[in-house]
Amino acid sequence: MSKRKYAWRKLQNASVTGITTLCALVTLVPLFWILYYVTSQGIRSVNVAFFTQLPKPVGEPGGGMANAILGSGILLGIASIVGIPIGICGGIYLSEFGKNRVGDCIRFAADVLVGVPSIVIGMFVYALIVLPMHKFSALAGGVALGIMMVPIVMRTTEESLNMVPSSLREGSLALGAANWQTVVKVVLSAGKAGVITGVLLSLARVAGETAPLLFTALNNRFWSSSPTEPIASLPVQIYTYAIAPYDDWHQQAWAGAFVLIVTILGVNIAARLLSRNRHGRAI
Amino acid sequence: MATDKSVKRNHGGMARKDRAFKGLTLGLALTATALPILIALELARTSSPAIHHFGWKFISSQDWDPVHELFGALPFIYGTIVSSILALVIAIPLGLGAAIWLVETAPKSLRAPVGFLVELLAAIPSIIYGLWGIFVLVPILRDHIEMPLALKFPNFPLLSGQPLGIGMLSGGLVLAVMVIPFITSVSQQVLEAVPNSQREAALSLGATKWEMIRTSVIPYARSGIVGAIMLGLGRALGETMAITMVIGNVPAISAHLFDPGYTMASVLANEFSEATSDMHRFALVEIGLLLFILAIIVNICARLLISKTAKGIAETGTA
Repeated sequence: MSKRKYAWRKLQNASVTGITTLCALVTLVPLFWILYYVTSQGIRSVNVAFFTQLPKPVGEPGGGMANAILGSGILLGIASIVGIPIGICGGIYLSEFGKNRVGDCIRFAADVLVGVPSIVIGMFVYALIVLPMHKFSALAGGVALGIMMVPIVMRTTEESLNMVPSSLREGSLALGAANWQTVVKVVLSAGKAGVITGVLLSLARVAGETAPLLFTALNNRFWSSSPTEPIASLPVQIYTYAIAPYDDWHQQAWAGAFVLIVTILGVNIAARLLSRNRHGRAI
Repeated sequence: MATDKSVKRNHGGMARKDRAFKGLTLGLALTATALPILIALELARTSSPAIHHFGWKFISSQDWDPVHELFGALPFIYGTIVSSILALVIAIPLGLGAAIWLVETAPKSLRAPVGFLVELLAAIPSIIYGLWGIFVLVPILRDHIEMPLALKFPNFPLLSGQPLGIGMLSGGLVLAVMVIPFITSVSQQVLEAVPNSQREAALSLGATKWEMIRTSVIPYARSGIVGAIMLGLGRALGETMAITMVIGNVPAISAHLFDPGYTMASVLANEFSEATSDMHRFALVEIGLLLFILAIIVNICARLLISKTAKGIAETGTA
C-alpha cells in the first residue's frame, strides 16, 4: 500500500516536472517563430534603397523607409529631451532622499504609470498639445514617447544608484563636499553604467511604440524634420503597410519589422552585457 | 574673524544649494505622481460633452453609429474584457508553469539564458506581434482549426462562428503570447523571494519536489502570483496594435469566439484621427477615459498585491 502510494507520489512529481518544462518550452516558441519569420521575410527586402529612399506610390516596386527612419530618430530625440532629465532627477530623489513616505508614493505612482495603456497616453497628449496647436506634430509624438520613458528611467536610475556603496557618499561628505556635489560628482558617476543602461532600455521600449503616435505624430509620406509638422516613424509606417492590401507594401512592412526588431533586440542584448560586465551579474 | 565669517557664509550657501538641489529632484520626481492625475483630468475635461449627453447609457448601449451620432461603448467593453480573459486563460498556466520551471526545476546553467529569452519576448514591439498574427497565426487558425471545426461541429459551444481566422479567438491568442512573458518574469521574481527555509522544511519532512512547491512555495507566494496575473491583465486590457490587426474590428457582441469583435483600444486606434464629428471625438475620448480607469484599477491592485508579498517575505525573512 505505502509502496504504491510512494510510486504514485514519484509519478506525480515526475509528471509535474515534465509539464513545467513543457510550459517553458512553449513559452519560448513564439520568440523563435517570430524571429525566424521576420528574418526570412524581411531580409529579402532590406537593401540600400530601403535606407535611402522615400516610399513609392502603390504599384511602383522598390522605394524605402528613409523618412520613417529619420522620423523615428527625431521622435526619440524629442522623447529623450522630455524623458531623460525628469527620469534621472526623479531617480536621484528616490535613491538619495526618498526613503520615506513621499518616496513610496512616487515609486508607486511610477509603477502605475508604466501600466497606463500607451494609446491613452497618446490621447492625453492629443488633448494637451494637438488640440491647442490645431495640428498633428512631431513635438506631440515625441512628448508622448517621453512621458512613457519617465517611469522606466526613474526606476532604473534609482536601482542603479542604490547599488553605489554608501562608503563613497560618506567619503565625499567627509572631504567637505556638499550633498549635491556628492550626488552629482560621486554617486552619479559611480552609477553611470546602470543609468545609461536604463536610458537605453527605455529608448528601445518606446522605439517600437505605434499606438501613442497614431494621433500625435500621425504619418508623413515625405521628408520632414520640423517639430511642428506631422512626421513618419518606423512603427507607424509598418502598420500602414501591413493593413494595406498590396503585396509590395507587405514586403516593405516585413523589411521595416526586420530593421526594427534587430535594433530593439540588439539594444536589449547590449544593455544586458553592459550591466553584466559592471556588476558581475545582470540587474 | 574674517575667515570665520566667510566659512559661515560659504556654509550657508552650501545648505541653500543642497535644499535647492533636493527641491529640484523632488519636483521632477513628483511628475510621476502628477501624470496619472493629469491624464484623468484632461480626458474627463475633453470628453465632458459626451459624458453629459449620454450619461450612464454610454456604457450600457450597443449602438455605435457615427452617422446618426449614436454612441454606446458596450461592444468595446465586452471585446476588451472577453479578449483579455481569453488571453489569461491561456497565459496563466503556461506563464506560471514556466516560472516554476525557472525557479524550482531548471538546471542552474539554463536559468539565466532562458530568463533572458523571456525578457526578449517582452521587448518585441506590439506592431511585430500584430504582423506575425495577421500573416502567420490567422491563416493557420483559419485553415487548420476554425474551418475543420466549423464544418464538423457548427454548433460547438464557444468555438464557433464565422471561420475567417480573424476574430476574438485570434485576438485572445495574440494577447496571450504577449502577456505570458510578463506573468512569467513577475512570478519568477515572487517565487525567488520565497525563503529557502520554507523549501528545506518541506523537503526535510519527506515531501517530493512537487509537494514542496504545492504546500510551501505557492501558498507563500500566492498574493504575489495573483499580482503578477493582474499585471498581465492590465497589459492585455490596454494592448492596442496587435489586437487591432487580428480581431476584425466589428462592434458586435457575439458569444462565438470565431466571430470578429472590437476592443476599446482598437476603436481608438482606428477611428480617432478620422472622427467624423465633434461628438464622435468626445465619445472616443470617453472610451479612452474608461480604458484608463479600468487599467489603473487593475494596475493598482496588482502593485499592492506584489508589494504585500515582497514585504511579508522581507519581514519573516529577518525574523
